[in-house]
Amino acid sequence: MDRIPILKMGPFLLVTVQVDMHDELAMALQEDLTEKIVSSHARAVLIDISALDVVDSFIGRMLGTIASTSRILDAETVVVGMRPAVAITLVELGLSLPGVRTALNVEKGMDLLRASVNGSERAR
Amino acid sequence: MVIKGETIAVGASEDVVKVRRQVRAWAVQEGLTLTDQTKIVTAASELARNTLIHGGGGTVHLEVVSENGRRGIRLTCEDQGPGIPDIALAMRDGYTTGVGLGLGLSGSKRLCHEFEVQSKVNEGTRVIATRWK
Amino acid sequence: MAASNKLPLILERDGPHLLKGWMMELAATNRGRQVNPEVLTEQARELLNALQPAVQQGNLEDIKGPTWARVREILTEISRTQTKQGLSPTEVATLVFSVKRPLFQALEKETGKDPEALAKEIWNATLLLDRLGLFTTEVALKTREEVISRQQTEMLELSTPVVKLWEGILALPLIGTLDSERTQVVMESLLEEIVRSGSNIAIIDITGVPTVDTLVAQHLLKTVAAARLMGAECIISGIRPQIASTIVHLGVNLGDVVTKATLADAFAVALRRADLAVVKSAAARNEQG
Repeated sequence: MDRIPILKMGPFLLVTVQVDMHDELAMALQEDLTEKIVSSHARAVLIDISALDVVDSFIGRMLGTIASTSRILDAETVVVGMRPAVAITLVELGLSLPGVRTALNVEKGMDLLRASVNGSERAR
Repeated sequence: MVIKGETIAVGASEDVVKVRRQVRAWAVQEGLTLTDQTKIVTAASELARNTLIHGGGGTVHLEVVSENGRRGIRLTCEDQGPGIPDIALAMRDGYTTGVGLGLGLSGSKRLCHEFEVQSKVNEGTRVIATRWK
Repeated sequence: MAASNKLPLILERDGPHLLKGWMMELAATNRGRQVNPEVLTEQARELLNALQPAVQQGNLEDIKGPTWARVREILTEISRTQTKQGLSPTEVATLVFSVKRPLFQALEKETGKDPEALAKEIWNATLLLDRLGLFTTEVALKTREEVISRQQTEMLELSTPVVKLWEGILALPLIGTLDSERTQVVMESLLEEIVRSGSNIAIIDITGVPTVDTLVAQHLLKTVAAARLMGAECIISGIRPQIASTIVHLGVNLGDVVTKATLADAFAVALRRADLAVVKSAAARNEQG
């Protein structure tokens, strides 16, 4: 099974989901991310879902789980690029993805993460 | 009236993706708006997964139907699994806890225009969902 | 109703002849009006071909039954294409009725010198064709409704433009009564514009909306929730006192959605959120100081 690649850019991890994931692939991504956050001492994770035209409850909950797990490992997560039709459908489904920060695109997502990473750096 | 139909066996998680793709293709062909397409494809994904995970595998029968001059997409998801003891309770299941034990039937129902659940304990479950254009 | 004896025979044997007579009849009645003759001839031919087996089965009364499915399919196709070309429901039905003259002529030849048999055949055929014609009228009316509905949606999209107030700040001034369908269309275009323009703040102004009911309020809240999932914040402004009390009365929970009385207030909030400020120009400041 091919796994979704995770790019490391400085203290950030970048994931671009470009395929319609079946459940096992999504679980593998979750595992790989968790492992990589630890092994690379990442401070932030950016997940780009702009290529997804469907996000159902399984993927939705996976994103929530990734956000919670990352936080425990002292990393911030931002999900970017959710399409309007997907957002409308998730709202209708009743998923609000609490605890998952979102941004319109990769650029804004990076700005958000940089601000929060720098902020917490100063606080240390 | 059924314009066309197709049955997809659901035995593994890749089959859920297959169902999504087929529903999307037919929804596009029928000219549903992007939002409506996404709603029925998402409902199909939820229901097909239920059939797989809770039902132990089964089939999704896909149809383009026509009634009273309007067309729509109908899904019949069937399994011979444990069944749902209390359908009314299952329909109240929500996602708000985020724990993921719910079948998500109430959510899927909101995405469809017509939604029917038939189930008998130890015999199986059938969910028929329709979204009109 | 007794089954037709001669109809299936005529349809099977005289198909091409009937078709020719039918098309000539149409050409005469339409007085040169363009109804795309090639397409129509083809559709008419298919109809005659489908009629044969259906009539053969014997039941001329219930055209909604399964044996008539193919005939209904073709009639629906004829009705839809011709309506979209601009024909009225009456004109579409006339397309079907026009086959009567050539058909009755054929029946007359077939029944020979038996007036009773001819009368029976004509009666059966007329009843059938009337039902088929009325069916096309139903479909034509429905198709017209669909066209009108689609045009209305397109007008809606044009009449509620999303405006850019500043880099990253959009405004959607809603005017007039909001119904459920209009609200959905409008909200979808707002979300699309948010993505297209990369704006993370959108102000939905309802100053021009006289009343808000539960359904509309829910659509607004769903839109705010969807925008948030996408990474944008919405501010609702222009809430007049009556609407405010309606919202409370209806028990709608606005949650943590920011609401402001005026668009100006909302814009001020938006600027602060975007880390922007409006300051007097240096020249003006110098004059004052």
